[in-house]
Amino acid sequence: MDGETLPLVEHLTQASYLAAAALFILSLRWLNHPSTARRGVAAGVGGMTAAIVGTLLHPDIVGYTWIVVAMIIGTGIGVPLSKVPLTAVPQRTALSHAFGGLAAALVGSAKYALWLPEGELTTFRTSAIAIEVILGGLTFTGSLMAAGKLQEIVPTRPITYKGQNVINLSLLAIAVGSAVYLVARPEQWWLFVVILVLSLVFGVLLILPIGGADMPTVISLLNSYAGLAAVAMGFVLENKVLITAGALDGSSGFILSVIMCRAMNRSFTNVLFGAFGQVQAGGAAGEAKAVKSGTARDAADLLENASSVAVVPGYGMAVAQAQHRVREIYDQLTKRGIDVKFAIHPVAGRMPGHMNVLLAEAEVPYDALIEMDDINRDLPQTDVVLVVGANDVVNPAARHDKSSPIYGMPIIDADRARACIAIKRSMNPGFAGIDNELYSADNTLMVFGDAKGVLGDIVKALAGEAGGH
Amino acid sequence: MNVLDLWSMAFVFLLATFVGFQVIQNVSRLLHTPLMSLTNAISAIAVVGSIIIAGEQHTTLTTILGTVAVAASMTNIVSGFLITDRMLRMFRERRKQ
Repeated sequence: MDGETLPLVEHLTQASYLAAAALFILSLRWLNHPSTARRGVAAGVGGMTAAIVGTLLHPDIVGYTWIVVAMIIGTGIGVPLSKVPLTAVPQRTALSHAFGGLAAALVGSAKYALWLPEGELTTFRTSAIAIEVILGGLTFTGSLMAAGKLQEIVPTRPITYKGQNVINLSLLAIAVGSAVYLVARPEQWWLFVVILVLSLVFGVLLILPIGGADMPTVISLLNSYAGLAAVAMGFVLENKVLITAGALDGSSGFILSVIMCRAMNRSFTNVLFGAFGQVQAGGAAGEAKAVKSGTARDAADLLENASSVAVVPGYGMAVAQAQHRVREIYDQLTKRGIDVKFAIHPVAGRMPGHMNVLLAEAEVPYDALIEMDDINRDLPQTDVVLVVGANDVVNPAARHDKSSPIYGMPIIDADRARACIAIKRSMNPGFAGIDNELYSADNTLMVFGDAKGVLGDIVKALAGEAGGH
Repeated sequence: MNVLDLWSMAFVFLLATFVGFQVIQNVSRLLHTPLMSLTNAISAIAVVGSIIIAGEQHTTLTTILGTVAVAASMTNIVSGFLITDRMLRMFRERRKQ
């Protein structure tokens, strides 16, 4: 087909796709700073609207009923999903990766079913469909599993069994082998069914051995797969805006996965096939070290006599819904002229950036949220570090104990501050089952109890003091 | 499809991936959660492919598959953009006292 015979409407559709691609790139560009970020959302919405309108003009569309019905259903599910509490954002995100994977697998199946009787399954088309269905299928079930684990519908602990990795990889190998065979013999539709089923099963098995603390990496990887599934769909449908958007999504997921892996000093293979949560550091359990424990009052005294404070939040803060209490402490201390910052470890929480969003919701200003590398430079001159629901990310063993499972992981150097307050329910070791020597250090004060309750008591003690003057 | 279309698609993929790497590396680390929900909404552009399958109504099977795919993509578009905006509205700078 050459340009002169192309109907005008086709030009309009393609122009809308070009505009959409440009707006999507701008949309992500504006996320480089919180002050322009909302413009990014507007650009994204604009691009999406242009592309949808451009597509609805398409001459192949004979009926709009089902399109409208589906859009109403999608909006009906989408609106409530956008109103979940921010602690539930990781599971919402996993769920949306699942929907992305589902759409890819369904469109791939539909195209296979359309082209099969017409004899139009070229080598290229069949290969692209196979890749789309494998990626879409495993993203769909894998993300559903991840969402289930995050919502605690599915057991969150890693589920492992003998020969797990061999079984998983064999399944994937059979799926890929079937795909290669299908490309050679596209009329063997049962192979297509095998590929689809195996990729769905593989997605479930891939996530079974993943523990909660690995979720930031796994969500990022699934994000990347969802993007690549969209790219494969773009190749199947010969649609360049889909390829562009999928590539942006895929590269974003990939970069986030790399950042998460680096922040845990682990490789992709290790996260996916290592079943980290199973590694139990046995020996140390017996020897109980003396810890210094105190009350909320003691903690409040320490805090109000400091001139600089750094708060280290972790997933425990989210679980206890304690971010608003943390903000109240921030308010009390800043009112006294104390410099309060937040030390954010990249893997704190259940997805990249999780702590930032929770603290922003609690109205902590974003310029008080400091990245790990930057805050570590300041910590030796910081008077008090307050650890709320974080554990492994402040464990000094990561720096020096070669036998520790977390050895080599970059940490927030809470132990290098002049004093440390750690709020913890009990002395039970954290996710990796490792003792944390920070808690038995001389300059550490432990306050035992539920994070929300303890922080509330500290706020009360601080407020009482202020009222007394 | 002629073979040049395949190559031009490969070019689009290559260039978009490089643009993606450049742009995403500049995204503020503060905003990594909104970044994920925004890219998720954007990749739901898959809706355009689903719309055509649902609308061309070739067979009952493909119309059903297309319709479910439109619904799934639309869910991501609506919830993705709305929640991204909701989160971004919360990021405030320190009030000047």
